Amino acid sequence: MNRPIYLDYAATTPVDPRVVGKMMPWLFDNFGNPASRSHAYGWAAEEAVELAREQVAALVGADPRSIVWTSGATESNNLAIKGAMQFHAGRGKHVVTVKTEHKSVLDTVRELERAGCDVTVLDVQENGLLDLDVFRAALRPDTVIASVMFVNNETGVIQDIAALGAICREKGVLFHVDGAQATGKVPFSLDELPVDMMSLSAHKTYGPKGIGALYVSRKPRVRIDAIIHGGGHERGMRSGTLATHQIIGMGEAYWLARDSMGSENERIRSLRDRLMNGLMTLDQVFVNGDLEQRVPHNLNLSFNFVEGESLLMGMKDVAVSSGSACTSASLEPSYVLRAMGRSDELAHSSIRFSIGRFTTQQEVDTVIEKVSAAVNKLRELSPLWDMHNEGIDLASVQWASH
Amino acid sequence: MAYSDKVLDHYDNPRNVGGYSNQDEDVGTGMVGAPACGDVMKLQIKVGADGIIEDAKFKTYGCGSAIASSSLVTEWVKGKTLDEALAIKNTEIAEELALPPVKIHCSILAEDAIKAAVADYRTKQTAANTAVEAA
Repeated sequence: MNRPIYLDYAATTPVDPRVVGKMMPWLFDNFGNPASRSHAYGWAAEEAVELAREQVAALVGADPRSIVWTSGATESNNLAIKGAMQFHAGRGKHVVTVKTEHKSVLDTVRELERAGCDVTVLDVQENGLLDLDVFRAALRPDTVIASVMFVNNETGVIQDIAALGAICREKGVLFHVDGAQATGKVPFSLDELPVDMMSLSAHKTYGPKGIGALYVSRKPRVRIDAIIHGGGHERGMRSGTLATHQIIGMGEAYWLARDSMGSENERIRSLRDRLMNGLMTLDQVFVNGDLEQRVPHNLNLSFNFVEGESLLMGMKDVAVSSGSACTSASLEPSYVLRAMGRSDELAHSSIRFSIGRFTTQQEVDTVIEKVSAAVNKLRELSPLWDMHNEGIDLASVQWASH
Repeated sequence: MAYSDKVLDHYDNPRNVGGYSNQDEDVGTGMVGAPACGDVMKLQIKVGADGIIEDAKFKTYGCGSAIASSSLVTEWVKGKTLDEALAIKNTEIAEELALPPVKIHCSILAEDAIKAAVADYRTKQTAANTAVEAA
């Protein structure tokens, strides 16, 4: 079977075959529990887990002892925000975040709000970037934590983490960063960044699903309550038997990313430019999000007057995501694009292309061909396209909304 | 989401795509939906002197199910009287295309498009008759 061309690396990545190779021995041959202190099975597993901890720490420039294993970035986001709010309940009950965050942050702060916390969710600018002054103004004396994602999953826009963190330090507010989409794409060092906690994920960086980590700074020392209780693993911050093979996979994946990030980013940037230039030859195509402050892996485009889901149908041999409401259960178009001030129409018409390690130039060329054909076909079908060509301003039309 | 074969067929080979001039007296135009909601259907019916719908054309901005619903409706209204066309129910459209629950609104929109096109035609006729009587 001919599989669709995969341009959805921001959703997940294939596990690098080298990573798979490293994981395999830890399923049957070396199956020990890293917490078993009384025999060689446990010792071997523990040693491997600690090596992986060093590998993960190396990519993000952190002390290995600041890495706490979790089941993924969703859990890390929950642990960081809920854990900080609980531990520091005496200090205040205000939490600040941004409208374009991942649902695992937004839904977490909504849950805290139900539990009595004060929540401020900030707007972004049209380019998707947070205004530093708006951020500064939102921090109050009773603000415990601010959470801002490093790289946006829908648009690839990179927030100014150094500047935001500096503001937090100045105001004595904990700073949490969701770094799930940043690892292996943006070079950074947590030893230098003023970040207190960072959520990490393996499967966005060619590692396995079901494993992630939370960086919890030791200098300055950041304290949080656990949200999962049990055997006191991970210095009490996250109980549960460590998933040895998954952890080893994450370690190897991060190690490979550290090695290849520079050359890989260059190659991906040239593919992204090729894709963008190819598709922008179509009329009425818009890039969503800042093009400079952005990882090259992401190209989010709106094809005006074409609805996203029908466009996906027209490019069946290409695996991508759409911000169209029709592709989600909610019937609302992308909240990220809406927060950037994009109209509902353009949000409905958006497609996220995300490029990765295994994307080839030939695949990009095929995608340009298929997408262009589908867009042209659907515009032939689109009454809005006709109206646009007749010079009618769609905003001036009285639509019967339903 | 898996699409039914019929939706895919209408998407791949949409029937009766196009339009007539809005000025034609024997044409009724229905435009329903809104870009902000993700679907806009334009249905046009051409009505013969005998009151039978001779032809129908559509253009649709929307998801595959919306395109399929409007394409199907152009086939169904042909050869029907205006009242017979008005009797087409969204549930029949949804059933024919095996639309999942989240796509029922596409069939409702198609039913609305028929109603709007018929209403437009009737308004035009009334205006024309009034003009004739006045003359």
